[in-house]
Amino acid sequence: MFADYTWTELGSIFAMQGFAGLILFSVFVLMALGLAIIFGQMGVINMAHGEFMILGAYVTYLCSNFVEAHFPALFGIYFFFAMALAFVAAGALGALVEWSLIRHLYKRPLDTLLATWGLSLILQQAYRSIFGAREVGVSLPNWLLGSVPLTDIIEIPINGIFVMVLTFVIAIGVYFILFRSRMGMQTRAVVQNRVMAGAVGINTQKVDRNTFALGCGIAGIAGSAFTMIGSTGPTAGQLYIVDTFLIVVFGGAASLLGTIASSFAISQAQSTMEFFLSGSMAKVLTLLTVVGILMLRPQGLFSLKIRR
Amino acid sequence: MLNVAQYHVAYGQSEVLHGLDFTVAPGEIIAIMGRNGMGKTTLMKSLMGIVPTKDGAAAVDGVDITSMQSYERVANGIAYVPQGRMIFPTMTVQENIETGLSISGRSKVPGDIYELFPVLLDMKGRRGGNLSGGQQQQLAIARALATNPKVLLLDEPTEGIQPSIIREMARVLRRIRDERDLSIVVSEQVLSFALDVADRVLVLENGRLVHDEPRDSVDEEKVAAFLSV
Repeated sequence: MFADYTWTELGSIFAMQGFAGLILFSVFVLMALGLAIIFGQMGVINMAHGEFMILGAYVTYLCSNFVEAHFPALFGIYFFFAMALAFVAAGALGALVEWSLIRHLYKRPLDTLLATWGLSLILQQAYRSIFGAREVGVSLPNWLLGSVPLTDIIEIPINGIFVMVLTFVIAIGVYFILFRSRMGMQTRAVVQNRVMAGAVGINTQKVDRNTFALGCGIAGIAGSAFTMIGSTGPTAGQLYIVDTFLIVVFGGAASLLGTIASSFAISQAQSTMEFFLSGSMAKVLTLLTVVGILMLRPQGLFSLKIRR
Repeated sequence: MLNVAQYHVAYGQSEVLHGLDFTVAPGEIIAIMGRNGMGKTTLMKSLMGIVPTKDGAAAVDGVDITSMQSYERVANGIAYVPQGRMIFPTMTVQENIETGLSISGRSKVPGDIYELFPVLLDMKGRRGGNLSGGQQQQLAIARALATNPKVLLLDEPTEGIQPSIIREMARVLRRIRDERDLSIVVSEQVLSFALDVADRVLVLENGRLVHDEPRDSVDEEKVAAFLSV
């Protein structure tokens, strides 16, 4: 399959597909970070995570329309407000869902799977009723359009660079929240031993709600980033949820570094193979490899070595 | 300091504790002795709000805690070192102690805790799960002390710990009591440790307190008879 291309062409194809893979990687990381927090830390399988992401995307869409219509002067920087709003909206919905639904199901993991799947259907229909079934696109400010030419044939889109920087900042932020802040310490304590965390004075219910809201809020930011590389529709989130789960499991639950490494591996493999093979063939090969590795290493790529 | 009155605890329909009455004075150490399955751990867990109370009341320093959540009980001055220690294995020693600070909102581990357990200061960057049993026990006590309690509950602290460290632990517990003037409740099966540490010895048998005597007048053989299988 490589025979039809010259070496320089192959090099540029790999570079550009690699870069496209990096953008996919960014969305995967943002999605997976939220999911890893919720699944890895709380053991809740959140099938509605993709819909939280799409909520963020719709918030970005609304925000872009609103700013364009009322404050055209601010259009260049609306994206930052939109991200903050997406985080708040998805986080608030997450807190509401935790309070009304998830907290009653902590001891029944399979039921959370069904309940959140139902929730995802409800949210999809809600989006369809509110925003219509047609996909919507966000208009980007001028400074995010265009691309940087690296060589004659390799070009790198600016919005891709922006998404990657954003992902990097958020990954660092999540690391600090989980491992350097009081909230993160309490979250980890609750994860390891819920009963004992209560007995050293941690309000476990509050920690659960904050953790869930944080995970959903990050999904909202992922949705914001997603608007730059794809169009937003009611069911767009569903396409990503399986891949994201794969990433979380492959990386090793509760390991941030593992999540990032496995997002990178899977998105790059997918994006490069998609150019040469068909999309579904690329997916089959990725899945087979992941399943093979998980059979040899069931705990995922990264896991802590500790006596338990 | 700790008042327990007509205290009934049940798992579903099967009642385990049938109406306990005891009080612990400020600065007093009591040992609750009893064989396996007599209700020692159930008593500790229910005082901590992990197992619900069926009937009766418990109060710390005059404040009724019977219907509070665990973390509210901690805020009212009760702290717990569980059987099997239950430290957080993947968190560092320092983080383990810091979890105890949640309730007071302080962010720095008070120096006197490391003074009591110097070994924890040396190991503060290690993960709790990689410590030895005795070190984990010290860590669990340090974590409980970080909540600045008025009453400290210890559930079988000698379990799985070598004899030389058990003697050391009795000394440390008395020192904690002397320095902080708090009340300590220890549940125990090892008579020698209980006599080392306690001011008063209670015996729990089939969910009832059947014996209550100050340390000085304890008839060792009589208590030992309660403990023998």
